[in-house]
Amino acid sequence: MTNLLRSPVLWAALLLAAVASTLPWWLSGYVLGVLTVAYYFGVFSMAWDLLFGFAGEVNFGPTFLIGLGAYTAAILDAKWGPPIPVCIIAGGLVALIGGLLLALPALRLRGPYFGLVTLVAVLLLQNCIVIFAGVTGGEIGMTVPDVLSVRAEDNYWYALAFLIVCAIILFGLSRSAIGLILQASGQDAVGAQALGFNVTKHKLAAFCISAVFSGVAGAMLIFYQGTASVSTVVDLGVGVQIIIAAVLGGRRTILGAVLGSVFLIVAGEFLRPLGQINTFVVAAVALAVILFFPDGLLGNLLRVTARERE
Amino acid sequence: MVWLQILIDGFAISSLYALGAIGFTLIFGVSGVLNLAHGGVMLVAALMGWMLAGEARIGTYLGTLLGVLSGLACAYVTYLMVVRPIQRSAAIPREEKEIFVLTGTLLWGIMIQQGMAYLFTDNPVTMRPLIAGVVSIAGVRTPLNEIMIAVICWVVIGLLWLFVNRTRAGKALLAASINPRGLTLLGFELSRVYLLAWTIYGVLAGVAGVLLASFLGVSSNNTGQLTASAFSIVVLGGLGSVSGSLMAAYVVGYLETITAYLIAPTLRPLPALLLLVLVVYVRPQGLLGRR
Repeated sequence: MTNLLRSPVLWAALLLAAVASTLPWWLSGYVLGVLTVAYYFGVFSMAWDLLFGFAGEVNFGPTFLIGLGAYTAAILDAKWGPPIPVCIIAGGLVALIGGLLLALPALRLRGPYFGLVTLVAVLLLQNCIVIFAGVTGGEIGMTVPDVLSVRAEDNYWYALAFLIVCAIILFGLSRSAIGLILQASGQDAVGAQALGFNVTKHKLAAFCISAVFSGVAGAMLIFYQGTASVSTVVDLGVGVQIIIAAVLGGRRTILGAVLGSVFLIVAGEFLRPLGQINTFVVAAVALAVILFFPDGLLGNLLRVTARERE
Repeated sequence: MVWLQILIDGFAISSLYALGAIGFTLIFGVSGVLNLAHGGVMLVAALMGWMLAGEARIGTYLGTLLGVLSGLACAYVTYLMVVRPIQRSAAIPREEKEIFVLTGTLLWGIMIQQGMAYLFTDNPVTMRPLIAGVVSIAGVRTPLNEIMIAVICWVVIGLLWLFVNRTRAGKALLAASINPRGLTLLGFELSRVYLLAWTIYGVLAGVAGVLLASFLGVSSNNTGQLTASAFSIVVLGGLGSVSGSLMAAYVVGYLETITAYLIAPTLRPLPALLLLVLVVYVRPQGLLGRR
């Protein structure tokens, strides 16, 4: 615990959170809207980092879990209209089931094979949404009758609070014994098992945690945006963006994923005047970071401070 | 009648799938790289071929050739500017090279897709057929172009087989896929073998891309789908197994064609995906995989 308190990351994160919570007083609603989306993406990326960075599972389909959560909440709201929190919790639960479905092959398959299953899971979900267009709105997407709030500030607060809660839980988890065991089983499953750790149980737990956070965040995102569509919560491109954000921020840092997401979304927004070519530029920047600073933004910072302390 | 139609159409599509997937599996077998920019390389060849053959009016054949060459150039760029720097980087731990190569090629694929969409828009384009005309096979009207495409695919695959099994350079390629360290001990420069593998890959992907443009047409929106279908065919057949990929290409090609003709065109990709999940669960190494 004392180690944790002395870690510069924690203090920097607290400072950033404090700054972020003052933003609504001096930024326009438009900027807040961009940041709101970026925060939800931050949660997606953190959940992905827990699975990849710690458990070592190459998951190409974070949007499978997100999409399940988002569409469950949206369909529930559109059909029966229970209170929003019920929809969000239901989204989280269905995503949890999806996470367990994904975990089954993950316990048997390695590396690229598992990666492919996750990829296929996304494609299957996408196809199902298009086929059952009567319920899901198909490729056009569906309108969600309720929204969290109509005020940009309120939406910003919800997103920020949610992000902070998720960050605390996931970061704490990653620094706990569970995080260490996950890391060990990700890097050398046989070795971890020989030391007496239940690898299966820990991996299952990692999948469940990642799935619940992804699903809840997905559900909240659609209640912010007011629509659920394949291109915003299921498409492979969205998943790629999440992965890029996590790698950009630094793998195995959890909090780095938030930095990466905010950078990615805000940069995409800044480059919007470039028109069609802006995705190209963002991808090029991310590629350059991966080639020249493979530890990512936070990973590099941590290495520099670690060197100074030595 | 419908069955004959399925047989013919499925054969042409499957041959094209086989050609597209075989380069992908070759690169994985020889150097362990899963190139997620695969669809991008095919796209570059297809769009350049379409542009040069149709818009620039330099003739279909010269345009096709230049299209294949631009696919090759794109493959070289992928290897020299993305894959090799990651493989040689000292800052990336060895056990994480794989995910970095995946992420890097994925990003590069997105860059190609967006760049192409910027230059040529994302409207679907279809190249002019290599040869015009229609023949009737037992009452099924079949464009000559479709037959030509299947023939070209098999000629290229045959040439590849001859190259790998009958030439010294090809055997070195085969050896590199079995035991790279042993090959270096015999005095072969591994980096040159890899460059050779990427050259062949570029040509294969280029030919597949150009043929795709003249058969089904391409759009930069399909890049991800192209990569995904090559990836799934390769996994279905067994990663790194060329004959497995060939078999899987026909399984997927026919399954899709049958679904499209007999059930509904919109369900086209579904059965293949389900089959893939099933195979990966029951037999993770694929139909003819090694491990």
